[in-house]
Amino acid sequence: MDEPSATEPERDREDAGESVIATRGLTKRYRGGQLAVDGLDLTVPAGSVFGFLGPNGSGKTTTIRMLMGLIEPTSGAARVLGRPMPRSSRAVLPHVGALIEGPALYGFLCGRDNLLRYDAADPTADPRTRRARVATALDRVGLTAAAGKKAKAYSLGMKQRLGLAAALLQPRRLLVLDEPTNGLDPQGMREIRSLVRELASDGTTVFLSSHLLDEIEQVCTHAAVMAQGRLITQGSVADLAAGVRGRLVVTTPDTGDAARVLKEQGAADVVVTDDRVTAEPPDRDLAEVNAALVTAGVRVRGFGVERASLEDAFVALTGEGFDVAG
Amino acid sequence: MSQAEAIRSPRLLWTFGLLRSELLTTFRRWRTLALLAVLAGVPILVGIAVKIETSGGSSVGGGRDGGGGGPAFISQITNNGLFLVFTALAATLPFFLPMAIGVIAGDAIAGEANSGTLRYLLVAPAGRTRLLLTKYATVMAFCLVATLVVAVSALTVGALLFPLGDLTTISGTQISFTEGLGRALLIALIVAVSLIGVAALGLFVSTLTGSGIAAMATTVGLLITVQILDQIPQLHAIQPYFFSHYWLSFADLMRDPVYWDDLVKNLEIQALYAAVFGSAAWARFTTKDITA
Repeated sequence: MDEPSATEPERDREDAGESVIATRGLTKRYRGGQLAVDGLDLTVPAGSVFGFLGPNGSGKTTTIRMLMGLIEPTSGAARVLGRPMPRSSRAVLPHVGALIEGPALYGFLCGRDNLLRYDAADPTADPRTRRARVATALDRVGLTAAAGKKAKAYSLGMKQRLGLAAALLQPRRLLVLDEPTNGLDPQGMREIRSLVRELASDGTTVFLSSHLLDEIEQVCTHAAVMAQGRLITQGSVADLAAGVRGRLVVTTPDTGDAARVLKEQGAADVVVTDDRVTAEPPDRDLAEVNAALVTAGVRVRGFGVERASLEDAFVALTGEGFDVAG
Repeated sequence: MSQAEAIRSPRLLWTFGLLRSELLTTFRRWRTLALLAVLAGVPILVGIAVKIETSGGSSVGGGRDGGGGGPAFISQITNNGLFLVFTALAATLPFFLPMAIGVIAGDAIAGEANSGTLRYLLVAPAGRTRLLLTKYATVMAFCLVATLVVAVSALTVGALLFPLGDLTTISGTQISFTEGLGRALLIALIVAVSLIGVAALGLFVSTLTGSGIAAMATTVGLLITVQILDQIPQLHAIQPYFFSHYWLSFADLMRDPVYWDDLVKNLEIQALYAAVFGSAAWARFTTKDITA
């Protein structure tokens, strides 16, 4: 009973920090000498949907386990909800819902009993509202119909949904979701994405690790990229994608004239390939650029900006394909 | 959010929700029920064997020693069914009971690690010390239930196959059936307590590995090894420190007056094992990196 319950001063401290997760020089070296995480300085702003990216073996899971108090860091410090981990696990973790490295269930229990058990493990969960909260969580992930089935008969997608339901048993301030759409069909992925957006709009901070870059791009406001145990970059998704700028693309049979006009209009790095002219867009209304092309007699078939994707940013940052392990 | 804050302080009573869940989960498991069924079967087999052997008028016992090297309770069964309780406990204590405990205790932490559910319990957050205490309490509850299953099964079979009545103690005095029943219950409790050492050992082994099967096999293996070493006369100097050395002292409860020396030594050794291996399990489990 040495841990005080969540009280006002403690929340003030945390709000002052404005970050839900903050690590300083977080390092984990496993007993074999392998350096899994190397001097990580990660900051997850409150209220963000934070995408955590990196190839397999880059240290994402080790980081998440350290944040959840499952692994003791070799050096450095981690604060979650403003309190040090793993020391304050008992005060912090009731406010955190987590899905770590896929769901783990008791195969011999039905879906509902699995959730009842996980809820009973939380000493701050009110047993009087347990059944109602379990039913709500099951409903939220669309598992109500299968709640009485033994978990070992569940498909991978259903297990994933049940794992998510366990993370949603209580109102949470932080959700840590490791590959939450793994094993789901496209419809299920859409449902999870809209669920994440819904939770985020309620003010829950979501920390989402995924290898699906378009997923991160669709739902995340912020992102961090890890490779070989190190943090390569972090920031808002817009900033990261802006790091690799989109290019103006003009499709035309008159490539020579088009390139000349684009240069006149202030476009830099003009490249001509076959019937395409690409360039860094100038800082002016692109409609005027198009008008200038047409006025100059350039026959324009296509005109537009190819947006840089997070994948481009990722490849530019890591200098490698996404699935290459560190 | 403030509403969420209001419900988030742990209550003393709520903390036992995990124990309740653990007991329910353990005793609803098919594997646990199978173990209990095997234990219930032993007195039935012994009872029927004695009945068949004595149906021709001959008596059991004489030159034979009682089950598992225990006291010669078996020769008394035909006179009084209550002796089947003592015989069955003496027959199951050396191996069947501790093996069942080894399975449950060995699987306690390692089984959860194996299935990955351990990380979700800890993130819930169950708390490492709380989870370990809950597991140990559940294993001890299983010790008690397993022993009572043997005793009740034996009493039922004994009552069905043989006469019941006043009984003669090992010291030769007569005690009433009611007092005999009381001593039978006391013996069952002592037998359950005798298993605390194995339970602590199994739990410690369970914190060392991420494989439930490996932990069960190691615990049962240690049990067999100790039982064998306890039979080698040259090792008599260290034998009093084996958790199984004083197990059969429960028979002393059937003396009149009760001979307490070995009973007390048994309780001391069980407390010692619980303290040593309980602390070791705690030290190991609270500092372990959970990577499963």
